[in-house]
Amino acid sequence: MFILESEAPEPVRAPCRSTVLQLSVNNHAGVMSHICGLFARRAYNLEGIIVMPVGDGKRSLMWLLVKEDQRLDQVVKQVMKLEDVIEVKNQGIDKETLAQLESFFMRADAQV
Amino acid sequence: MKMTGAEIVIQLLERQGIKVIPGIPGGANLPLYDALSKSTSIRHVLARHEQGAGFIAQGMARVTGSPQVCFATSGPGATNLLTAIADAKLDSIPLICITGQVSSSLIGTDAFQEVDVYGMTIPVTKHNFLVRSAAELFRVIPEAFRIASSGRPGPVLIDIPKDVQNQEVSFSGWPEPGRPDPILEPDADSIERAIDLINSAQRPILYLGGGVNHAGAGPLALQLVEKAGLPTTMTLMGLGAIPVDHPLALGMLGMHAAPYTNLALEECDLLIAAGVRFDERATGKVTEFCPRARIIHIDIDPGEIDRLKVAHVGIVGDVNAVISTLLPLVEERPHREWLDFISSLKARYISELNIAKNPHTPCSLIKQAASLLDDEAVIVTDVGQHQMWTARNYPFRRSRQFLTSGGLGTMGFGLPASIGASLACPDRKVVCFSGDGSIMMNIQELATAVEQKTPVKVVLMNNNALGMVRQLQELFYGRRIYETFYTSRVDFVTIAKGFGVETYDLAGVSDPRGILETAFKSDAPCLIHAPIDMQYMVYPMVPPGASNKEMIGGKVRVHS
Repeated sequence: MFILESEAPEPVRAPCRSTVLQLSVNNHAGVMSHICGLFARRAYNLEGIIVMPVGDGKRSLMWLLVKEDQRLDQVVKQVMKLEDVIEVKNQGIDKETLAQLESFFMRADAQV
Repeated sequence: MKMTGAEIVIQLLERQGIKVIPGIPGGANLPLYDALSKSTSIRHVLARHEQGAGFIAQGMARVTGSPQVCFATSGPGATNLLTAIADAKLDSIPLICITGQVSSSLIGTDAFQEVDVYGMTIPVTKHNFLVRSAAELFRVIPEAFRIASSGRPGPVLIDIPKDVQNQEVSFSGWPEPGRPDPILEPDADSIERAIDLINSAQRPILYLGGGVNHAGAGPLALQLVEKAGLPTTMTLMGLGAIPVDHPLALGMLGMHAAPYTNLALEECDLLIAAGVRFDERATGKVTEFCPRARIIHIDIDPGEIDRLKVAHVGIVGDVNAVISTLLPLVEERPHREWLDFISSLKARYISELNIAKNPHTPCSLIKQAASLLDDEAVIVTDVGQHQMWTARNYPFRRSRQFLTSGGLGTMGFGLPASIGASLACPDRKVVCFSGDGSIMMNIQELATAVEQKTPVKVVLMNNNALGMVRQLQELFYGRRIYETFYTSRVDFVTIAKGFGVETYDLAGVSDPRGILETAFKSDAPCLIHAPIDMQYMVYPMVPPGASNKEMIGGKVRVHS
């Protein structure tokens, strides 16, 4: 019988704080694969992503919702090595906006 | 000026100083080849497989240290390159791969020979580009050279759709060639803390990796070793950074180290790691590596500091620049007690089980070959037992003398990398130690060696087996030898003759050295067939995943 992925037991997660990384990146078709691929390769979970082009569209701003565990520093170092990443910030991100977005997504999901 | 994208690429490569491009033409890169045919300063080397082309370019890059280029067409041409690219990533080699892609209008349609090589190479390149217009080439080509050679070097892929190669653009001038970013001054505070640790250490060990060779820091490292009295171990990629037969050199560390090297590391109170990444083949179980030591970690890649082993002092910077800053500040220390202790360890264990008189043992063959060559020679290996025997027995004395696939461990690396080394340094003798498993993975490049008249000498150690894997089965899988020996015997001498290569056979001869000498003097590519006994193993060996003190074999007392 085909087993749906959701039937597998939930992995036990250690409670840890989330944080939001703000990335300023060059805006082109491959940049998302570069960022997401890096997190996947380093086995570091991305909980959420928001990306929008800014200014004249040559750059994008990315918000990455990630768990704040002891490997975060290492992942940030790896992210900063990517050629398309101009800046990484891990502070001063407007969490309220993110909370609003979360409730927006939850409402959208309720309508599915 | 008005030119096509293809012509712009070739001109930009000429302006970067590229002289040789290995590759294979195909439908999607024909405009590039048409433009290349008109170049007066770049010679094309037609490989027989794109992986061969990638490793020929790597061989050129490894001996020169400068970025080198290879060409492949779309689809299978590009996928055949992937192994050579991944290999360059893991060993930090500046390689620039330029692939043809189907025309922009066909991308995403599953067109003939279309594959998303941009997507496929993200994890194995330092950076990659999909060029959307010919005008972008003025930025992309110099950027590729800058990225490949700056900081920690690495491979860059540039995928160029066929219509972009054919697109004509008007322009007024050329961009500056891409050059490495300037080297930054190391952080003064970290230097000060490192100096305190070095000058107060009782039992220090210096641990040199490939980064030292990439940075050309060997000569300064040797000065540091001698001034501060530092016993020095090297990784596989670091061999030759200082002469391995220097009185303070401890040889290679890790899985196939001499026992005294690993045991000395157990006892050290300070580990000065330079241009290394604490790979598990070097450290063994990393949590048990150098348990008594404080660690200074010098690396140009900030991502390496604290990645696998937390450093007490991390110094981000070019190893050569950092060592030149440290050098005047370190105190002259003889470390007499510590060196005596290491000597006593060394005397307790002999490192080789097969120092027999038999001239046909692998170690003896390597030593006989070494006795016929000077330090100018380039030594290349494939991957497997012969690689470890060479690493352990060849007297490497300078950076870029030893080319080997360290990180990825790619069987098939040796022959094409040798051809590349010979193309880039025609005045140096190039000797490749290979095995019968490895040589078969790129044996087609013997044809390229003959065509290019590259006098590479392949010493083929033939045990008719995948010897290293067989060794793992023997030691860790209850001697259940399965699918690691060949049931047919390939006649390599006849095959090499068929390619037009000069051949020699050491089977049954009484004086292998004499035959090696004749082959090494020849101006032609040669294959020297050296049958070896399947029973020979690489000892000592640390079981994969174990701590470095758990060595199998080699614990033989000289006087017992």
